[in-house]
Amino acid sequence: MDPASAKVIGAGLAAIGVGAASIGVGFVFGSFLQSALRNPAAADGQQGRLFIGFAAAELLGLMAFAIAMIILYAS
Amino acid sequence: MAGKIDPMEQFVIEPVAGTFHGHNPFVLTNSGIWTLIILGTIWFFMLGGMKRQLVPGRWQVAVEGLIGFIEDTVDASIGPEGRKYLPWVFTSFVFLLFANLMAYMPTGLVSAAHPYTVTAQFTITGVMSIISFAIVLIVGFSRHGLHFFSLFVPHGTPKVMVPLIFLVELISFAVRPFSLGLRPFIAMFAGHILLDVFGAFVIQGLQAGGGGIAISILCFLFLAFINALELLVAAIQAYVFAILTSLYINDAVNLH
Repeated sequence: MDPASAKVIGAGLAAIGVGAASIGVGFVFGSFLQSALRNPAAADGQQGRLFIGFAAAELLGLMAFAIAMIILYAS
Repeated sequence: MAGKIDPMEQFVIEPVAGTFHGHNPFVLTNSGIWTLIILGTIWFFMLGGMKRQLVPGRWQVAVEGLIGFIEDTVDASIGPEGRKYLPWVFTSFVFLLFANLMAYMPTGLVSAAHPYTVTAQFTITGVMSIISFAIVLIVGFSRHGLHFFSLFVPHGTPKVMVPLIFLVELISFAVRPFSLGLRPFIAMFAGHILLDVFGAFVIQGLQAGGGGIAISILCFLFLAFINALELLVAAIQAYVFAILTSLYINDAVNLH
C-alpha cells in the first residue's frame, strides 16, 4: 500500500475513538440526569463528580483525536 | 485548488523581540506576550473587585463569587484544613480559566494579532501539574512521614492482596501528574485544531463555488456550535483541574 494512503486510513481509524468517547460522555450525563430526577435534592452535591466523570470520558476521546493528528501531521 | 490545511501552524512559538540564536534565554515570544496580557487581565479583574465595600457593587460580587466558588470546592473536598491550600488552587483555576477563555477571543477582527493559546503548550500545563504534585508529596511526607505509603493500601485489604494492590495503587498514583497536566493541554490543543480545520473548510468551500457554498454554510453552522462547546470545555477544564488538585491534596492531608 502507498504510505501516504496508509497514513490517512490510520488517522481515520484513530478517529473512531472520538465516537466511542462521545458514547461515554452521553452515558455520564444520562446516568446523572436519571438519578438526579429520582432524587433532585441530592443532585446539586454531586456536580463535582459529574464533571470529573465528564472530564475523564472526554480526555480519552481527545487523546484519540490527538493520535489522529499526530499520525496525519507528524512526519 | 485550495492549499493544504496546516492546523499546527497556530501553535508555533516565534520570537518577537530578540532571537533564539546562541541559546539566548531572554527572548520575548508571542507566547510570553500573551501570558503577560492574561496576567494583566487577571490583575485588573481582581483589583477592580477588592475595594471591600460594605455594599458590594457588581464587580465586587463577581470577584467574591469566583473566590467563594473555589473556596466551597476546597472546603468540600479537603475539609477545615483546606484554607491553607486555597491560594494555589485558586491561582491555577483563575490562570487556566482566563488563558483558556481568552484564547477564543476574536481579537483578530480588531487588530492584526490573533490570540495565542498559552495552555495548548504542554510545558505550561505540565509545570502546573508538577507544582500540584510537589505540594501533594511535600505535605504528605511532612505530615505523615513514611506512614504516607499507607495511602497505597486501602483499609480492609486482605493480607494476600497487599503487594498487588500496592502496585496497582502506586501506578495509579504515578500517572496522576501526567493525566492532570495532559487534560487541559489536549482539550485546548484539540479544540483549536478543530476550529482551524473547519474555518479553513468554510473559506475553501466559498472559493470552490457551486456545491462548495452549501458545504461552507454547513461548516459555518457547525463551527458556531463547536465554538460554544469549546467555551464550555475551557471553563470545565479549569474547574476540573481545581477539583482534582484539591482531591489529590485531600489524599495527602487526610490519607484515607
